[in-house]
Amino acid sequence: MNKIYPDAKAALAGLLRDGITIMAGGFGLSGIPEKLIAEVKASGVKGLTVISNNAGVDGAGLGLLLETRQISKMISSYVGENKLFADLYLKGELELEFNPQGTLAERIRAGGAGIPAFFTKTGVGTLVAEGKEAREFDGQTYVMERGLVADLAIIHAWKADTEGNLVFRKTARNFNPVMATAGKVTVVEVEHLVPAGQLNPDCIHTPGIFVQRIVHYDSYEKRIEQRTVRKRA
Amino acid sequence: MAWTREEMAQRAARELKDGFYVNLGIGIPTLVSNYIPADVTVQLQSENGMLGMGPFPYEGEEDPDLINAGKQTITELPTTSYFDSAQSFGMVRGGHIDLSILGAMQVAENGDLANWMIPGRMVKGMGGAMDLVAGVKRVVVLMEHTAKDEPKLLHRCTLPLTGAGVVDMVITDLGVFAVDRHGGGMTLVEMAPDVSLQEIRGKTEADYALGPGLG
Repeated sequence: MNKIYPDAKAALAGLLRDGITIMAGGFGLSGIPEKLIAEVKASGVKGLTVISNNAGVDGAGLGLLLETRQISKMISSYVGENKLFADLYLKGELELEFNPQGTLAERIRAGGAGIPAFFTKTGVGTLVAEGKEAREFDGQTYVMERGLVADLAIIHAWKADTEGNLVFRKTARNFNPVMATAGKVTVVEVEHLVPAGQLNPDCIHTPGIFVQRIVHYDSYEKRIEQRTVRKRA
Repeated sequence: MAWTREEMAQRAARELKDGFYVNLGIGIPTLVSNYIPADVTVQLQSENGMLGMGPFPYEGEEDPDLINAGKQTITELPTTSYFDSAQSFGMVRGGHIDLSILGAMQVAENGDLANWMIPGRMVKGMGGAMDLVAGVKRVVVLMEHTAKDEPKLLHRCTLPLTGAGVVDMVITDLGVFAVDRHGGGMTLVEMAPDVSLQEIRGKTEADYALGPGLG
């Protein structure tokens, strides 16, 4: 069973259709699957529901798919960095579902773990809880949230072996590991690809069972959103 | 004299206790990390997946794989650990974080907090704020006392809530209020130097009791 594909186009071949739901990893622009997003753009598929913590920025990340109007609905926790997003939303061309960030992460984790719903105290007494089942446990009120799955998860990892075992780097990990578990098909782009046996099995973040296709590129743009530095003493 | 932003952050830093795991919000709360008392060791959590957040990097040492929840470049410490978003909010929701210091648009005398949405304006999203206020053991709000001369400490929030009955303390440029989120109301416990009770009364809609030495 070969999981290695020569490029992003080959890695996504046969997986992209109009109207599918795609999970895309990353927090801000850190750890986003930039090559795979570019290929979704090139494919021209439309009417996508995209589940991602953020919506990229103008001209980068998921912002590319907003420019081409390929996304019809976003499920996110924060979309503040994207002017085009605001324009499309206010014109009614884009549907938006806000989830608290932890609820979003847990919905994805639950979906990937075969849990259809769970109860959380996040959002109780707010707009987020409206229309959802509430229940009391041990004297405290909780709201029911549903697990999330997707037709396709596109993620970015630092290293993979040929089995699809993955290692992430620093805070570029974020939503990538949970999304890997919740995609019917998960495609990963990686910075380093090694033969099976080269990664320490005790240090693998995502086991290969969650990864169906791997594509390796040597270099990535990895744009920094807020470059913040301190002066040398 | 009302407190400056730096003095507000300095006052908030006194809420940090040795051994605390702490989440700092964006804005004035970020400044709190500059005033951590010398005899106190805390670990800062960044909800995008890091404990043990270090200072901003030196120029040329920025790493696109190492950012905080405000998407700013940061650095790691010897105590640092990384984890995914589900585990990050597991530690938030599960009550493992001792203290959250965050900004607000409005706080009500019952501890309700509004800081994410103004109806009719483009909404950016709540990010992790709803999870933090629902899950963290102690929630301290750090904000200006008024916005364009309108009170922010109210009987009831008029903006959509981030959390209901979630605030334990409010630190403004004029003073410090303790909030009993279990129905005990709000108490003014400290005033900035040379700020009068009259000024606070004039700029506060919420009802509050006066703490020891202030009545």
